[in-house]
Amino acid sequence: MAMTMHVDIVSAEETFFSGLAEFVAAPSILGEVGVYPRHAPMLTRLKPGSVRVKRAMSEEEELVYVSGGILEVQPDVVTVLADSAIRGEDLDEAKAIEAKQRAEEAMKDRSAAIEFARAEAELAEAIAQLAAIQKLRKKR
Amino acid sequence: MAGGKEIRTKIKSVQNTQKITRAMEMVAAAKMRKAQDRMRTARPYGEKMRNVAAHMSRAHPEYTHPFMSERGNSKRVGIIVVSSDKGLCGGLNTNVLRLVLGKMRAWEQEGVQVDACAIGNKGLGFLQRLGANVVSSVTGLGDTPHLDKLIGPVKVMLDAYAEGRLDSLHVFYTKFVNTMKQEAMMEQLLPLKSEKLEGAHGVWDYIYEPDAKNVIDLVLRRYIEALIYQAVAENMASEQSARMVAMKAASDNAGNVIGELKLIYNKTRQAAITKELAEICAGAAAVG
Repeated sequence: MAMTMHVDIVSAEETFFSGLAEFVAAPSILGEVGVYPRHAPMLTRLKPGSVRVKRAMSEEEELVYVSGGILEVQPDVVTVLADSAIRGEDLDEAKAIEAKQRAEEAMKDRSAAIEFARAEAELAEAIAQLAAIQKLRKKR
Repeated sequence: MAGGKEIRTKIKSVQNTQKITRAMEMVAAAKMRKAQDRMRTARPYGEKMRNVAAHMSRAHPEYTHPFMSERGNSKRVGIIVVSSDKGLCGGLNTNVLRLVLGKMRAWEQEGVQVDACAIGNKGLGFLQRLGANVVSSVTGLGDTPHLDKLIGPVKVMLDAYAEGRLDSLHVFYTKFVNTMKQEAMMEQLLPLKSEKLEGAHGVWDYIYEPDAKNVIDLVLRRYIEALIYQAVAENMASEQSARMVAMKAASDNAGNVIGELKLIYNKTRQAAITKELAEICAGAAAVG
């Protein structure tokens, strides 16, 4: 019997894969890595791409798209901690700008005091998000 | 005593209310099951993250990430208040907000300033009424908590901590114990308590790519995010079950009220008939 290892691919919202596998390939930030059983312990960041898993006792390969995350390798356990498909700095920023615009539009149209207060809160939120993203950019 | 017609309309209106509460109860019961499933599916990610973080902290006792080092006296704390968007869920929000209020008063007396992040409408409204410094907020999460909605506001808090503007970070939420019982909780997120990371077996070091600092930073950030996501998922399960219980109580109460009203209605009807009979008899006697 071929050597196998336990593979888990999980994100915060769901489990994508859990089971025995003979081989895993993942898009590491420094290039794709292939992992066989008894690999040395390794921890690396993933970039967007697909993780390939070759199931034990079958020729089938599973493909899971990840938009980033962390790959943890232990000799007989491989864990992919995937980020959810919808994230990433650019997307976060686009979302923040959108939220900001929405809030500004709502503020122009001061039909009701409650609406205004809510719009103000949304605007503050969007600005705070944008500021946080920009700070993060500067750091890099 | 009220006339028969008024009582009848009142019974009708209570019955209508009962219909609504019963429908809400059933909707909440269905949603509760889904919310509980989601809460459970969120667990493996948190567990795995915790294990990785635990291994790392054991392998690198000499390196302390800012997220893990205690800071002496705290001057400014950050709080994340998780609450529901909608009401009609019993004492759920009241309990957690009371806890928040108590803690905020205590901090105020110690001269500690508080920066708040509100997740959910009820908490946001409460913090604004209180005049708290709300740094970020997210509302309208719907029935499924999506991580991408939480990232923005949470990042604001984590960045503030990393830059030293906050000395600690706490999360307030309602823990789901079982369908009948939910508990308002306060948990410290940052600095990460080392007890939280215990329980990992064996010590080894990893090969880090691209470098240790980079990866550790990412892992800890994701870990905190996972904890918050878990708190939100638990809060939603708690919300639905609290609503179900509250609506069940409301339906039962409406049933009691209807019973009482029917009794009164029948009594007045009987009294009216008796009165009429007496009048007829009296009239007949006067004529005869």
